[in-house]
Amino acid sequence: MKTKLTAVCAVAVALFSAGALLLTGQEIRGTITQGERPSIAVPDFRGSGDAQRVMNTFNETLWNELANSGVLSMRAKSMYPVDVPQQPSDFRPPTTSPPLRRGEAPRTVRNGPWLTDWSGPPVSAAYLAFGYTAVQGGRLVLFGWLYNVAQPDPASAQVIGKLYFGSVDNEGAKNVAREFAADILRQFGAQSLAGTKIYFVSDRTGYKEIWSMDYDGSNQQQLTNYKSTSSMPAVSPDGSLFAFTTYAQGNPKIMVYSAQTRKRLPFYNPVSSMVATPEFTADGHILFSAAIDRWAQICIANGDGSQMRRISNVHAIEVSPRVNPKTGRDILFISGRSGGQQLWRMAMEGTDLERLTSGEGDVANPSWNPNGQTIAFAWTRGYEPGNFNIFIMDIAKREPIQLTQNSGRNENPWWAPDGNHLVFSSKRGSTTQIYTMLADGTNVQRLTTQGNNTQPVWAKGIN
Amino acid sequence: MRMNTRTLSAAVFAAVLLVSVAGCKKKAPAPAPPPPAPPPKVEEPPKPPAVRIDSFTAEPRSIERGQSATLRWSVANATDISIDQNVGAVQANGTRQVFPSDSTTYTLAATGPGGTDSRSVTVDVSSPPPPPPPKAPPPKISGAEMLGREAQDAYFDYDKSDIREDARQVLTRDADLLKRIFAGDPNFTVVIEGHCDERGSAEYNLGLGDRRATAAKDFLVQLGVPSDRLKTISYGKERPVCTEANEECYQRNRRAHLSPGQ
Repeated sequence: MKTKLTAVCAVAVALFSAGALLLTGQEIRGTITQGERPSIAVPDFRGSGDAQRVMNTFNETLWNELANSGVLSMRAKSMYPVDVPQQPSDFRPPTTSPPLRRGEAPRTVRNGPWLTDWSGPPVSAAYLAFGYTAVQGGRLVLFGWLYNVAQPDPASAQVIGKLYFGSVDNEGAKNVAREFAADILRQFGAQSLAGTKIYFVSDRTGYKEIWSMDYDGSNQQQLTNYKSTSSMPAVSPDGSLFAFTTYAQGNPKIMVYSAQTRKRLPFYNPVSSMVATPEFTADGHILFSAAIDRWAQICIANGDGSQMRRISNVHAIEVSPRVNPKTGRDILFISGRSGGQQLWRMAMEGTDLERLTSGEGDVANPSWNPNGQTIAFAWTRGYEPGNFNIFIMDIAKREPIQLTQNSGRNENPWWAPDGNHLVFSSKRGSTTQIYTMLADGTNVQRLTTQGNNTQPVWAKGIN
Repeated sequence: MRMNTRTLSAAVFAAVLLVSVAGCKKKAPAPAPPPPAPPPKVEEPPKPPAVRIDSFTAEPRSIERGQSATLRWSVANATDISIDQNVGAVQANGTRQVFPSDSTTYTLAATGPGGTDSRSVTVDVSSPPPPPPPKAPPPKISGAEMLGREAQDAYFDYDKSDIREDARQVLTRDADLLKRIFAGDPNFTVVIEGHCDERGSAEYNLGLGDRRATAAKDFLVQLGVPSDRLKTISYGKERPVCTEANEECYQRNRRAHLSPGQ
């Protein structure tokens, strides 16, 4: 990654290598808030012939993908020059003429679009994304370029020059825009969220069922139909499986499904009055909480529920195990072992226990950043019981940062696969809905509207 | 018709006489015409015997609805014999079982050369008395009803599953109730539901509700309620009895509730 960045642009390395390699709560927040993000200009692309019809969709998608990534500073379109390049050959270097009067500086004569149109004021961008689309052989073709406009000439400025193909409709325009955006974001060590899925619980049918949607709230689909209470979804790290807790067969039990076929897979629940809060490990195990010897305890089993083993052993309620996605070796969980509901961490063997929160208030819903270093959780610290807010914290520094405040009850934070976004649920009116935001608490976007929508889990897509 | 036949026979008789007299006349001188033949003495044909119904009875004469009676008859000198009420044509002597649903008069009609005759017999049908009503169930109410009527919820403190003093009293009464119910219905089981208020997280509350149900069960078992008749389930905060955001409502939701098992 670092090598690639260096090869691609020195500026990006300077700005990002430290953050990318050691993303922590403070640094994620800093990366997003302190104006160190590389600036980019993204003028509207035009399409020739039939391609023109889908360009509104294309331009909107490309802009939103880049703007919502949280890693780029978008330069306002109102500042852009009138003659926007559409291909590299449009660039015309300015020429220098002798001064009209002796003693004056030589004149610079503008011959057409040039890099300095974008690097200089008022745009002052470090990067320019440009290109055009056309219909070729019945397909939509995007000719997309990314230029580092600080370079002296177009040849050395080119970072990306690539063709993208899609269908000649809005869906195709959206797809090529997302692919182009993903390539751009990759240059800055960021990951596109296109293709990721958010699993969640919705009661819009009158029953709590498991649903999924795209990362931007589109394509909402009902995955279960038990007409019972099914909740607390979890998704395997590769996106191929999902699990949840359901009352469909009486007492709360875990069910496991294939994300591909949406069919139930065998999972043998231990004999217990309560089996809940599933979590997949990268090596195919399932962690969960089950009532054993009168208390809900953290357990682990094979993917089919066999060889169940108890990890914690204490007279306290323990739920919501979340395994470190980077190391696979330590678990965050919620425990009442010190009184209250606090955030704890332990090794997979149940050893090395430590409490991560101060003991104040109630803590719920731990989630790991993909970096394995930063975590998010809901906490009532500073508020009455039930008034949860979203916090993130570097697990080494132990300095919790509050991201929501005075905006209803905020719960169930979950890190996006890009490590820069969070999805969470918030009750800001009479219903609870799902929102996304950047990890500094900005760019809050509501994704759901129908019924109550809770317990989002942001997962890799399966395709 | 019969009279015509008779007249004809007399005329034939007279004609025969006349022919034989005429034959004689050819051989002798014509005598004085004979006196007119005496009027022929016409003999009355024998009178057919009268149709006679010797007997027509029903045995027994009165029955209860659903039972049968036997009609028995004996008829002489009849060619056509029938009984109404859909019995139809019958032989001169016979019996027939009938199942009248109401009192019915059967009429036997007989016809023969000697005339007609008919006789009726009535079978009285009485409705049987209604069957006695089923024995009234014992005046006890079902276990589920008793439970719904008398069992009380045990309440808990926030984020606690300890049995408070007020909950001890409630559960002690519940234990007596359960023993009475179980004594009356050996198959009855009870589910102890654990519930929470809305403030904790859904995940933790699932564990807390389980803990409350288990704590209530342990208490009841200590008081002698058989543990194999008690099941537990946690509903966390999924089934609140109220939804207001105040302590009174929160307290009503922090409960262990007894409900009938399956």
